[in-house]
Amino acid sequence: MLRSWGNYPRIDGNSYRAKSEQTVRKLLEASKEYISYGNGRSYGDSALAEHMIHVLPQNYMLDFDETTGVLHLQAGVLLSEILDVFAQRGWFLMITPGTKYITIGGAIASDIHGKNHHRKGCFSECVLSFRLMLADGSIVECSRELNRELFRATCGGMGLTGIILDARVRLKKIESCFIEQTVIKTKNLRETFEAFEKYNYVPYSVAWIDCLAKGKGLGKCLLMVGDFSRDGQLENKKKRNLNIPFFFPPLVLNKWTVKLFNILYYNKVRKKVSTQRVHYNQFFYPLDSITNWNRIYGRNGFIQYQFILPKEKSYHGLEEILKRIADSGKGSFLAVLKLYGKANDNYLSFPFEGYSLSLDFKIEKGLFELLDALDEIVLKYSGRIYLAKDARVSKEVFEAGYPLIEEFRELRKRYKMNQKFNSAQSLRLDI
Amino acid sequence: MEYVLIIGAKSDIAKAIARKWAAHGYHLYLAARNAAQLEDFAKDLRIRTQQEIRTLELDILDLGSHQDFYKNLDPKPIGVITAVGYLGAQEKAQQEMKEAKKIIDTNFTGLACFLNHVALDFESRHSGFIAGISSVAGDRGRKSNYFYGAAKAAFSAYLAGLRNRLHASNVHVLTVKPGYVDTSMTEGMELPKLLTAQPHEVANDVFKAIRKKKNVIYSKWFWKWIMLIIKWIPEWQFKKMNF
Repeated sequence: MLRSWGNYPRIDGNSYRAKSEQTVRKLLEASKEYISYGNGRSYGDSALAEHMIHVLPQNYMLDFDETTGVLHLQAGVLLSEILDVFAQRGWFLMITPGTKYITIGGAIASDIHGKNHHRKGCFSECVLSFRLMLADGSIVECSRELNRELFRATCGGMGLTGIILDARVRLKKIESCFIEQTVIKTKNLRETFEAFEKYNYVPYSVAWIDCLAKGKGLGKCLLMVGDFSRDGQLENKKKRNLNIPFFFPPLVLNKWTVKLFNILYYNKVRKKVSTQRVHYNQFFYPLDSITNWNRIYGRNGFIQYQFILPKEKSYHGLEEILKRIADSGKGSFLAVLKLYGKANDNYLSFPFEGYSLSLDFKIEKGLFELLDALDEIVLKYSGRIYLAKDARVSKEVFEAGYPLIEEFRELRKRYKMNQKFNSAQSLRLDI
Repeated sequence: MEYVLIIGAKSDIAKAIARKWAAHGYHLYLAARNAAQLEDFAKDLRIRTQQEIRTLELDILDLGSHQDFYKNLDPKPIGVITAVGYLGAQEKAQQEMKEAKKIIDTNFTGLACFLNHVALDFESRHSGFIAGISSVAGDRGRKSNYFYGAAKAAFSAYLAGLRNRLHASNVHVLTVKPGYVDTSMTEGMELPKLLTAQPHEVANDVFKAIRKKKNVIYSKWFWKWIMLIIKWIPEWQFKKMNF
């Protein structure tokens, strides 16, 4: 049974393997509604539906140009596979999210972003073109020059425009598999904001925030910034992963264990500013080294809540939200804060210039009420929610954050996508 | 420049095996019918591993073509893995001789003839390995697939004989008996998840077995015990059973 990363909601749908383009075309002929399912790393219901097309079998690399770094590959290839092959040859992903276990198709459909968004933007920035199968089975090539409207709709379009078959993406040259990292310890939200501004010139930056800290320590963080080393160390040794073999019972993750984790994690760093040399796996994908880490949240699953606020309103917005969360006692050890760069012109792409906070919440009594309350605050400060993480936002809250939603809906109608491509999320939000 | 020849290269198990060997630094000959259909897979493998991957046309049923095919391989492979398999339709084979013959020839006759040429070459060079993918179905005939089972049983016996002959020449012959594997061959069949291997798991088992010079392996390992129990059932009981 195909699940999402948060294990919520649970939908017992039918899945169909995309063995070939002909197979997919044949599937689309039926009067069913489908959504593409890649590697199941979106958190909520954006890749869940009664009928899912499992794109993972489309996993060939088709061509690589050594001079330009352009990789032509099928949509089911995982980012991890790209790194396994190319990192030691001196190539890395231009934009990468916090996990490498997502497909190229997923990366495009969620228009994912990473620690360098403030400098390099979203994944679509490194996508030259892709081939998309539309509702009628026809295939179009989309790029900024060709079928630009479909390009803008599909990047961030959550699979609701069609089935992405293959893409051409540009990789970036690296001289080392290691990152020179600096960790800055901040005491409160004001210091955190100052640190983000001060270190804005560094290509990669993200902060772990103690979301249970209250009072004077509200908003204290470990800000991690860095860039690739130039030491020529391209050798890429594989480390063994830990595995969470079963779902943890609900007791394990609670206010006290999270608080304890936060205290230990924050104080593990002794100096105000410290530097280390770490492998790219540790810097970009710390959680990937724990296989099935989502099981820590138990069988009921969890919600990842990610929102973004415009820069000028971020401070007060975050202050209010952090207070609300700390007061509720609900929180996670995983809370990530980042300063983002400018928005692109894709219809449903999430980032714009401002601060975004991501939090994991175990599903328990009172959670959904808390999230609704947080939604109100997000709206109050003109923010929006990230669809790739979402499993429960309301239609009204979602729409308020995405000014181009009507154009997107209209495009879907025009291409008859609304009758062919739907996920549980798109039905819930009436996209 | 060490090449490994994989025949039946379009099958899911063959592809997993190809990935494994290429990842470990071997060049590959991939042989199948309509070998042009292998090009995308070969290209992917070339990009990922930077090994030489050559696709070659081979029809295992065209017995007359085997000698030239093998003669033309240059350099000669250091090992041959056969992943040719045709499950066929038992009902159809019971009615039509053509289907029965196809099952038997694809799974046994064609392979036996082909491997003769390989055996002669390896015997003269006193080196090499041959791995034949047989099946647990060959361990005992049962009504649901006995044409397939019979051919596989014949193939297993053939490999055993070959092992015996080639032992003196230091050539390693491995018999691989997969149980349920999640491939296109078994698509649509409801296989119990716990008992079913993924192609890459079979490939790992084959790779390890070649390294350790094993004789007969089951994939996954517990099928050895399952088949032991099945073989132990007395015939008067087995003939009444339905599976």
